[in-house]
Amino acid sequence: MNNLWGIYTIWYRDLLRFWRDKARMVTSLAFPLLFLVVFGSGLSGSMGMLAPGVNFSKFIFPGIIGMTVLITSFMSGVSVVWDREFGFLKEVLVAPISRVAVAAGKTLGGATIALIQGTLILVFAPLFGVTFPLKILPQLLPVMFLVACALSAMGIFLGSRIKSMEAHQAVMQLLMFPMIFLSGVFFPVNNLPLWMNVLVKINPVTYGVDSIRQLVLGAEPAAALGITIFGHTMSIAEDLMIVAAFGVLMVVLAMWSFGSQE
Amino acid sequence: MSKSHIIEVEHLVKKYANLAAVNDVTFSVEPGEIFGLLGPNGAGKTTTINILCTLSKPTSGKALINGFDIVRQQGQVRQCIGLVFQDPSLDERLTALENLDFHSRVYNIPASLRAERTEQVLKMVEPWERRRDVVKTFSGGMKRRLELARGLLHHPRVLFLDEPTLGLDPQTRNRLWEFILGLQKTEGTTIFLTTHYMDEAEYADRIAVMDYGQLIALDSPEVLKGMVGGDMISLSTTDDQKAQTELKERYNIQPEYDDGQISFEIADGSRFIPTLIKGLKTEILSISLRRPTLDDVFLKLTGHRLRDEAVRSEFKEIVRQMGRHQRRR
Repeated sequence: MNNLWGIYTIWYRDLLRFWRDKARMVTSLAFPLLFLVVFGSGLSGSMGMLAPGVNFSKFIFPGIIGMTVLITSFMSGVSVVWDREFGFLKEVLVAPISRVAVAAGKTLGGATIALIQGTLILVFAPLFGVTFPLKILPQLLPVMFLVACALSAMGIFLGSRIKSMEAHQAVMQLLMFPMIFLSGVFFPVNNLPLWMNVLVKINPVTYGVDSIRQLVLGAEPAAALGITIFGHTMSIAEDLMIVAAFGVLMVVLAMWSFGSQE
Repeated sequence: MSKSHIIEVEHLVKKYANLAAVNDVTFSVEPGEIFGLLGPNGAGKTTTINILCTLSKPTSGKALINGFDIVRQQGQVRQCIGLVFQDPSLDERLTALENLDFHSRVYNIPASLRAERTEQVLKMVEPWERRRDVVKTFSGGMKRRLELARGLLHHPRVLFLDEPTLGLDPQTRNRLWEFILGLQKTEGTTIFLTTHYMDEAEYADRIAVMDYGQLIALDSPEVLKGMVGGDMISLSTTDDQKAQTELKERYNIQPEYDDGQISFEIADGSRFIPTLIKGLKTEILSISLRRPTLDDVFLKLTGHRLRDEAVRSEFKEIVRQMGRHQRRR
């Protein structure tokens, strides 16, 4: 019971800080929206149809949702580095709540913020000429949240290991861009050269993006663009199992890392 | 170990590689006591506090707070201690109230008590009207007072204050101390304090003097000052070397020399000064007489003054780097 309260308190503080920082909310949306407009509109004409009924604009939209969730989740680790730099981490570490609860609260906080950002992309999408069936929302939002949880846990884990702001920023960029570019956000992942194919398939983000894409585009056109492993095309459920397994691993690592903080 | 001590420390050691930041320290603190840990920067005060409040694990040795083991019963220890750190630890983007609210929730203060306690501590230290302001807009003194209020919110049995008035103006320091002393009287809170300000250490019931990771003395300020005995005379002369030799040979005095000042203790200082002025061959530039301070005690115990900062900060930097190194591994 105490731990649930602890998780809630940590989560609540992160959301409160997010809410205070409206500038961050807007600027972190600008980047994905820019991609959506520039790539979507710019390349749609010249790329033609990627699958029956799917032009590049349509193709890239679910990818951009995935990317937004990824960037925001990943960046949630910054809050740990930040708290260390400004001393607040000590207040958290000497509090009589378990470190497991701290890691869980931080992960859920980061995931919730990522879900909000992803949802905002959904809200703004029609303004940029991208539409999607509203009836998928009850499935889409939980899927986005699962992806957000897995990646937030990774962000929190890295944030708790890396002590300086500068190093954290460097590591984030080093990891984030390959994870975005090699995840099928910007191009279909079938017919890739072997080395790239391998990297794409060991990237957990690939499966998150694929599950979102299958939901948004519908199973059939997405299947043509989907991920095949040893001849087997991944279903949404299989995608999500991989994401969940990765998420569990990261949550455990984050909890261990907080437990060993001095 | 007897039950009556609120803090029990036995043979505590903290090593970073081969460097012992805390080296076999043993002491105990009585309930309701103001206990001061005095020493220069890098003496191991903060490391000791970090171990006691479960932020850092000892290499060996044992410590109990309120009967709870600081390694095996961390949860219980954390619940019964309050902390004011050397460096600020507030969330500056939240308001004073929000910071306190976070604290009361993670310390399991029942919802029914929260508002009342928050109001109580805030009114003690802060203009209550500023409770909804973001902490970033507060002055250094206000932040420190708010931290103190936060540390008290859950009515800790022991309040740890690590250099609580560092960098504060004298007026704020006095107000803070008024508050701390009042608290000890009314609530019976045990206060564990580190400082390198002499005048602050004087507030303590007992003082443990620490140097290079070791405890070198532990007693009340009066007894410690009694160790020096008599008055302190400091003088500077045109030839300090010669003056020192003269003092040794003619008056059988063992002077200390530090920072361009010759100083020594003597039973009846005010009577000795005229004798000295008449008798000393070396020309005296200045002479002063004062009651012994803890700084003199420190000099007597260690052969150097508390404010010998240069060597210390170097030592501290080594400890810090070792700590970082160890945390990374």
